[in-house]
Amino acid sequence: MISIINYNAGNIRSVLFALDRLGVDYQLTADPKVIRGADKVIFPGVGAAGSTMAHLRATGLDEVIRGLTQPVFGICVGMQLLCSHSEENDVDCLGIFPDKVKKFRPVNGEKVPHMGWNTIHHNGDSWLSEATDGEHCYYVHSYYVETGAHTVATTDYGITFSACLRKDNFYAAQFHPEKSAKAGEQILSDFLTL
Amino acid sequence: MAICHSTDQHSNMLAKRIIPCLDIKDGRTVKGVNFVALRDAGDPVELGAKYSEAGADELVFLDITATHEKRKTLAKLARQIAGHLNIPFTIGGGIKALEDVDVLLDSGADKVSINSAAVRRPELIDELANGFGSQFVVVAVDARIVSGGQAPDDWFIHLNGGRLKTEIKLFDWVKEAQERGAGEILFTSMDHDGTKAGFALDALAKMSDLLDIPIIASGGAGKKDHFVDVFTHGKADAGLAASIFHFGEIGIGELKQHLDAANVPVRL
Repeated sequence: MISIINYNAGNIRSVLFALDRLGVDYQLTADPKVIRGADKVIFPGVGAAGSTMAHLRATGLDEVIRGLTQPVFGICVGMQLLCSHSEENDVDCLGIFPDKVKKFRPVNGEKVPHMGWNTIHHNGDSWLSEATDGEHCYYVHSYYVETGAHTVATTDYGITFSACLRKDNFYAAQFHPEKSAKAGEQILSDFLTL
Repeated sequence: MAICHSTDQHSNMLAKRIIPCLDIKDGRTVKGVNFVALRDAGDPVELGAKYSEAGADELVFLDITATHEKRKTLAKLARQIAGHLNIPFTIGGGIKALEDVDVLLDSGADKVSINSAAVRRPELIDELANGFGSQFVVVAVDARIVSGGQAPDDWFIHLNGGRLKTEIKLFDWVKEAQERGAGEILFTSMDHDGTKAGFALDALAKMSDLLDIPIIASGGAGKKDHFVDVFTHGKADAGLAASIFHFGEIGIGELKQHLDAANVPVRL
């Protein structure tokens, strides 16, 4: 069973619908026991880093997530919260990935938020199917994760930033695979079939 | 110079978006739709899925039903679409209050479009942006050039589907909408809408220079080169059209191939 962490993170319905389309069973839950016992965990996110981190700390979900040993998939703000620190609300995050979350500062007149379809480029060993290398994925974000040792895919938008991360049992995507047409479905499947 | 231009476009690979717009009434698509191999051309969900398969980057569903049950109707529609579509979609039509939007978010809508209600009560933009995030709020504007008597001609906002002229100037209003937290502007030129003679390129380019948020261009698409123009001269981030797609005059796939050949970054 897949657990989707429910922590009042704005619109996570689209993730549920995407799993429905893939015919996957899941439960939306904030219960630590259920989350710890799941085969896989999805950590979605829409919202501001500060308030969502505060909520995770208040509910003890921060420690639950840090202690997970099964595959965990952070999506969008979920990915950013798995990093060490976010410039959004200047808040310390979960620290799974040592990388920092920074605000886009346009270098060539790019609009912020970075919204729409942009290409991902695989980077070395990756959990992503080869078919998705160079494909467009759907992004909506004003903050990005810098590239580092755990970056397995990148995207260019003025600067080059982390599109996907991987460290041990933690996987993450900055874009919304649930809204990224066939490429996104492939990436969700890649995680679900690990 | 041509080479410089090309390099600029490729250093920033964010794709220009093609967005079909579907008008919905009582849960069915209106306006003639001429799609081959569609079981039911009136079913917005099936039509949306067809466009998604054809390569549409996003969809806009505009509900033109006038009913007291509006909120329920829109939520039901959003849920059906969200269950079947793997690309982002916007829902608009008669959204007036925070409660309307709350239900739509919960039903899986990615964005909502507000128009007349925002002009009548601009604070609605702030409330939606603060409550749900700017990325959720598309402010749609209908405008046309009006001769101002002694003043020079200028673009003015029109309400109620364009029937009611206001004294509000287009560029003042879109700037205010951005400052209040709009995530995107959907600009329809009433002077160009339905002409099939091309988009309002000068006004679009001026708007793009004025604003930092993405602009969706609407009104005037008639042939593939009009989309090339809207993304180059018009500096738009997305191009929206209805009938040319519905009647199969331009296929999404061939349009994107055409844009790609013209060096416009698109998702193929």
